[in-house]
Parts: sequence; structure tokens; C-alpha cells
Amino acid sequence: MAFFFEVLITGLMVGIMYSLVALGFALIFKASDVFNMAQGAMSLFAALALYGFLEQYLHLPLWLALLCTVAAMIIWAYAIVFIVLKPLVNRPPLMLFMATFGVAYLMEGIGQSIYGTQAKGLNLGIPDEMYEVAGIFISSFDLFFAGVAALLVLALVWFFQKTRNGRALRAVSDDHEAALSVGIPLLKAWTLTWIIAGVVATVAGVAWGTRLGVQFSLSFIALKSLPVLIIGGIDSIPGVILAGLIVGACETLGEVFIGPYVGGGIQTFLPYLLALLVLYFKPYGLFGKEIVERV
Amino acid sequence: MNEKNEPILRAENISISFGGLKALDNVSLTINPGEIFAIIGPNGAGKTTMLNVLNGFYKQDEGSIFFEGKKRPKNLKPNVIAAQGIARTFQNLALFTGMSALGNIMVGRTMKMHSNIFSQALYWGFSRKEEIEHRKAVERIIDFLQIENIRRTPASMLPYGLRKRVELARALAAEPKLLLLDEPMAGMNLEEKEDIARFVLDANEELGYTIALIEHDMGVVMDICDRIVVLDFGKKIAEGTPDEIKANPEVVKAYLGTAES
Repeated sequence: MAFFFEVLITGLMVGIMYSLVALGFALIFKASDVFNMAQGAMSLFAALALYGFLEQYLHLPLWLALLCTVAAMIIWAYAIVFIVLKPLVNRPPLMLFMATFGVAYLMEGIGQSIYGTQAKGLNLGIPDEMYEVAGIFISSFDLFFAGVAALLVLALVWFFQKTRNGRALRAVSDDHEAALSVGIPLLKAWTLTWIIAGVVATVAGVAWGTRLGVQFSLSFIALKSLPVLIIGGIDSIPGVILAGLIVGACETLGEVFIGPYVGGGIQTFLPYLLALLVLYFKPYGLFGKEIVERV
Repeated sequence: MNEKNEPILRAENISISFGGLKALDNVSLTINPGEIFAIIGPNGAGKTTMLNVLNGFYKQDEGSIFFEGKKRPKNLKPNVIAAQGIARTFQNLALFTGMSALGNIMVGRTMKMHSNIFSQALYWGFSRKEEIEHRKAVERIIDFLQIENIRRTPASMLPYGLRKRVELARALAAEPKLLLLDEPMAGMNLEEKEDIARFVLDANEELGYTIALIEHDMGVVMDICDRIVVLDFGKKIAEGTPDEIKANPEVVKAYLGTAES
């Protein structure tokens, strides 16, 4: 039984990472109806930038390097909104979607040319020790990032529920025209959303990067968060967080307990299978808003 | 009120077309401070288009708009126009459905609040005090529109008549210099219409708001409005007090058609 819980906890930790990336997707989708294909690339870029500030180019202290990384993501947010999205306002969502594809490649390209293509180890000096709690081994590293992710989510909840700007962003995501009519500047709201998505991407990228090394496959986590979005419902932030945990837990448990019977490797497709099942029974996701078109 | 009785908003020779359709053709109108002004006309006359031009959703092809005596730059964004003091409601309701009634009204207050995200982080106390003050103002509006019992209800759960009222509250929360109402009574029963008519009158008389509205119910318009402009196929066909409008043969023709045609 202890083994089961250890696997479950490992799965949940992986799930937190999925949740974080999917959270970035959901934030931008809610605010601007854009499905942001660059979310994975943003995580990658953040991890690369941190590595650059910390070890490759400048040897800044950790806190300063983190601050600079966030600043870099803020510059990206402005660039994306004002150079890419602004000229495309009021165009069909498919065009915006394709534009974010472009942004994703651009980010990867720029990342490669600045930081090189080889995988890098990112060491933030977070202790990786195993603790035994009631017969179950938990890594302090995992605990640390679980804590950071939880703090981030709490901060986001506070921001969206309690602050004026958070309310304004929710208003924009509900109804663009009405938001304009009460005086909310759309471009500023979008920029703020992309900045938040950038911060979320930074946390996700740094967490993945320290665990698996900073490499270009990082931008493919974006693909893993698609089933997370489908299961959680793309417009539900709590749904996405929970779905990330579900996917992480299921794929890890599946791999360990079912995998051996079918030859292993089911981790890669299990989330998609799960998403298909959810689509079949709950087409708007477990927590998504059902869209009822009135005739 | 304004001493010189300068109009709060003046639209001069506004024209706008969509493709080949001339939605507004050389329409001028003046809204004076303190009055209830109505734009009426048959369906497709260009009433909502006019409102959309006034609040900046549409840019007129020709003509100019003067707000508080100053000519307004043509490309001014709707959110800037809102910040200058023009609030509006929508014909087909545009509430923020993901929020409570109170949340909606607080968002309407956005332009009145000054602390931003950074001051929110740094001067917690100031932001909090400001938030409380705005909450009080919002509560007064909630009292005024008698929606106390639904303030925590999600907007998506509210019945139609109350949604209209919350939308009105959201517009009032901005304390606008000019309030534009697009068919505030559309789709309501008699009792609900009377409620809204009373709120509009009270907002005008007690709170001193200048209101411009579009309405189909002639009875209500004639009862509560000071001045009326009549549009038909994008053209202004009449302007005047309710009595003048009632007696105008052009208006009767537009609404009832002529015997010959």
C-alpha cells in the first residue's frame, strides 16, 4: 500500500506541472479567446532565460536572476500583445491561434540562438532529500514545488477575486464590449493577462527545468496539457488545476500498475485516452461552462 | 447643472454606412444637461447605431461629436470615452455572467477607483479604504434600484428583468455625466416597465443624471422624456417635445405608413 501512495504522490507532483502549464492556457483563453500555442515555448524560454542569467552569461544571485527572468517574460507579453495580437483584433480565432504558433517558433528560435541547443542542468540549490512520512517516502524537492505551485494558485485566486484589476480581467473575459463600455482598456487587460501567463510559465518552466534539465522538449509539455484542458474544461481555472492532478496521477499509476501487463509505455497516451472518455461523456469538460446557443 | 446651459453632447451631421447601407444619414442631435432625451423610430431606423457612435463602438464616416463643448477626436477608444463619463446599457444585455450582481456593479465602478495593482501591493491600507468607500457607493446604488436581495446571486442565474436592472446599476456605478440606455424596457411586462420608468425618472430627478434612451414603448417615452428625436431609415425626421412629436405628421407616417403606399 505504501508503494501505491508513493506512486500516487509522484503522479500528483507531475500533475502539478501539467496544471501549471494548462493554467497558463486557461488564463489567456478566458481573457482573449486565444488558444495560446506558445504557452509551452514560454515555459521553455523562461527556464532558458533563468539559466542564462544564473549560469551561462551573468552570474547573478538567484533572486535577481528570477526577477530578470520575470522581466524578460513581461517584455515578451508586451511584444506579443502589441506586435502580434493588436493588428489581429476582431479577426477569427483561428488566425490568432496560428499567430501564437508563430510566436512559439519565434520564441524557440530566439531561445536557441541566445542560449544554444544543448540541454542544461538548472540547479537552484533546492535540497533533494527523501523524508519518510508514515512509511511513505516523499522528496523535499517535490514538496517545495508543490508548495510554490499552491502559493501561486492562491495568489491568482486572490488577485482575480479581490482586486480591481483582477475583476477587470474577469470582466474582459466575460464580455469584451461590455468591458470596454465601463472603461476597461482591452489591450492593457490583455497585456496583464499575458504577463500573468508569463509568470505562471516561469514557475512551470523552472520547476520542469530543475527536475528534467532545460531542454527543448520542454515546449512539448504544451501537448500534454491539451488533455488536461479537455478534461478540466478550458474556461475553468479550478477545473484545469484538478484535471492536471488527475492526469498526472492516472498516467503514473497506469504506467506502474497496468503498464507491465501491456508492455509499458502507456504513460504517453493514457492522458489522451482519458480526455477522449471525458469528451464522450462531458463534452465541455468536468468543470467547463456549457455553452447553450439560443435560437 | 451647467450655468450657460451648454449642451452636454452635440452630434453634428453624423453619417455612417455599412457596406452599401447608409445606417445614419446626416443626423444631428443635442443632449442638454439634466434632461431625459429619447431616440425613437421604427426597427432598423439607426437608433442603436447612433448610440454606438456616441459611445465610440462605431466611428462615424462623417460628422463630429462635441462632448462638454469640446470636439471629440474621431478615433477615441470606447474605454476612453467611458472614462470621460459616458456609460451605457445594451439592448441584448451584456452582463459579466461569471460574476455576481455585486461584482458586475463593482466593475462598473472601475473608472472611479484609482489604486492600481502596484499600490494594491504596496499600500494595502489605502487600497482597502478606497475599496470600502466604493463599496458604500455601490451599496447606495443597490438600495436605489432595490436589488439588495440579489447582490450575491451570479448574474447568469438572474431573471431577465433583474438582469436589466443590474445592468442599469452597473452603468450608474460609474457616476456618468451622460447615461445611454438602449431599450431599457424591452421585453418587460407592464409592472417591470413601470419600475424601470420610475428608476429612470428618479435617476434623473433625484440624482441629477442626464439620460439618453432608446425605447419602443411610446407611452413610456411620451410620459418620461423631455425631448425626442425621431429617426427613420437613418434620417432624422423630427425633433421636439413629446407633444410636438405626437402632432407631427411625418412621425405618424413613419410609424403607421401612408394610405397611398
